[in-house]
Amino acid sequence: MSKARLPLDERPTVLTMNHVEKTFAGNVVALKDMHLQVNDGDFISLLGPSGCGKSTALRLIAGLIHPTSGNIRWTGGQNADDLGIVFQEPTLMPWATVAQNVWLPFRLRGQGYGAVKDEILEALRLVGLEKFQNSYPRELSGGMKMRVSIARAMVTKPRLILMDEPFAALDEITRFKLNNDLLELKEKIGCTVVFVTHSVFESVFLSDRIIVMAARPGRVIRELHVDVAYPRHEEFRTSTEYAAYTRQASDALQDAMGVAA
Amino acid sequence: MSIAETAASSPPVVDQEEALRARRDRINRVAKWTLPSLVLVLSILAWHLYVTLGEVPHYILPGPARVAQAIVDDWGLLWPAMIMTGRLTLLALLMAVVGGVALAVAFTQSKWAEMSFFPYAVILQVTPVIAIAPLLQIYVDSAFTAALLCAWIVAFFPILSNTTIGLKSADHNLSDLFTIYGATRWQRLRYLAAPSALPFFLGGLKIAGGLALIGAVVAEFVIGRAGTGLGLASTLLEASYRFNFGRLYGALILISLMGVVIFAAMSLISHLALRKWHESALKRER
Repeated sequence: MSKARLPLDERPTVLTMNHVEKTFAGNVVALKDMHLQVNDGDFISLLGPSGCGKSTALRLIAGLIHPTSGNIRWTGGQNADDLGIVFQEPTLMPWATVAQNVWLPFRLRGQGYGAVKDEILEALRLVGLEKFQNSYPRELSGGMKMRVSIARAMVTKPRLILMDEPFAALDEITRFKLNNDLLELKEKIGCTVVFVTHSVFESVFLSDRIIVMAARPGRVIRELHVDVAYPRHEEFRTSTEYAAYTRQASDALQDAMGVAA
Repeated sequence: MSIAETAASSPPVVDQEEALRARRDRINRVAKWTLPSLVLVLSILAWHLYVTLGEVPHYILPGPARVAQAIVDDWGLLWPAMIMTGRLTLLALLMAVVGGVALAVAFTQSKWAEMSFFPYAVILQVTPVIAIAPLLQIYVDSAFTAALLCAWIVAFFPILSNTTIGLKSADHNLSDLFTIYGATRWQRLRYLAAPSALPFFLGGLKIAGGLALIGAVVAEFVIGRAGTGLGLASTLLEASYRFNFGRLYGALILISLMGVVIFAAMSLISHLALRKWHESALKRER
């Protein structure tokens, strides 16, 4: 299933944000003139301090809110199963088992459990939870709940997966483990990811494109490329290369804060 | 390997404090049943002694033996009365569930419906039912229907109000997820709002069960045996007119017994529905 990654500038476009602006309650500018081209196979991190509009950008892409001006276009139009999303909380239905939770995207399209059982079990196997398919969410740890949430987002093999600070509430050990697993998963299913984070380290480890954003008004100030081949493993996390990139991203973030202050 | 072997062969070490805690837990488990039983026996004994030693006349306060005798002697009268009151209560509760849930769904599906009718649901609730009952008796031809309406008005509000809150309390992120996956209105209600509302509804059901019985008793008092036939409450009222206090207490005990049974049944339903996932029904390992 693994897809070879094309160089950054040769990837076909999945989605384009054109001069997107979002203003709340008449005068709070949450996002100002955002321009972003999401390409097939990208792992994009939106990095910035709170209030920089990164979550707003994600909700705009998800279609949960609509731009005040500008537009968001999917190449070839958007289909029902083009999008998967992972929130900061696992957001599982406590009354349903793990397998039923992963079934949800299919179920809402009227597909019976039997018809998509293989896909559900495959997704659970990929996140290492096939043994827990009949457990209820409350029986799982925080990290495991997040894995179920990830399995649900990718079970339909969407073109784009949005992740809104999914690991922010987890402890560092679990977060590192999930970072590694996420990259492995992405290699396996070859999807495109837009990932919101306020952690410089996380963004460098995971992504090939980092969009640095500033607050008041929320806007993009820089784009960094992390030119390190995947698969990336634990060694990358301790390499000098990694340190150099985090320094670069850190500086860009400092600039962002400076501009805002 | 060796560690696993020693752990398996020797019994687990339990220190003295843990043993004490375990002992206290066992005592608590036994006391949970024995203490209330003991209180019951003691209060019946005190009642008996008060009546016999104080030579209280039976038309003021009958002793427990006389009440028990009355229940046995009047069983042929009390049992049909209990069926009658029970039927009224359960029917009212059933109607309260259907009406309360239907209204709650209507209110959450349509803002207009909620704005238009919710204030009147409140007014219906806060008006003392005993003040409406005589009117119902006048306007409704069938006295049984009047009694049923009376009990229904009392019982339906907690179900309406709890279910409405429950239907609105679905997790916001889950709701967003349903939007992203293009859920229809019906799917949203069926797979998201309804399960979220279940614990709230069951809480309302527990309250409504007790209120349905109260409503039935009030209806029997006000509307009387004309329509409902001879229920437990009208039997109680008649017994008081006749100074038959043994029967009066017998009826009273059966009414509260019914209340206990209804509460227990509602608690059981609630437990069975929630035991797999809801915090309220889970036991925690300590």
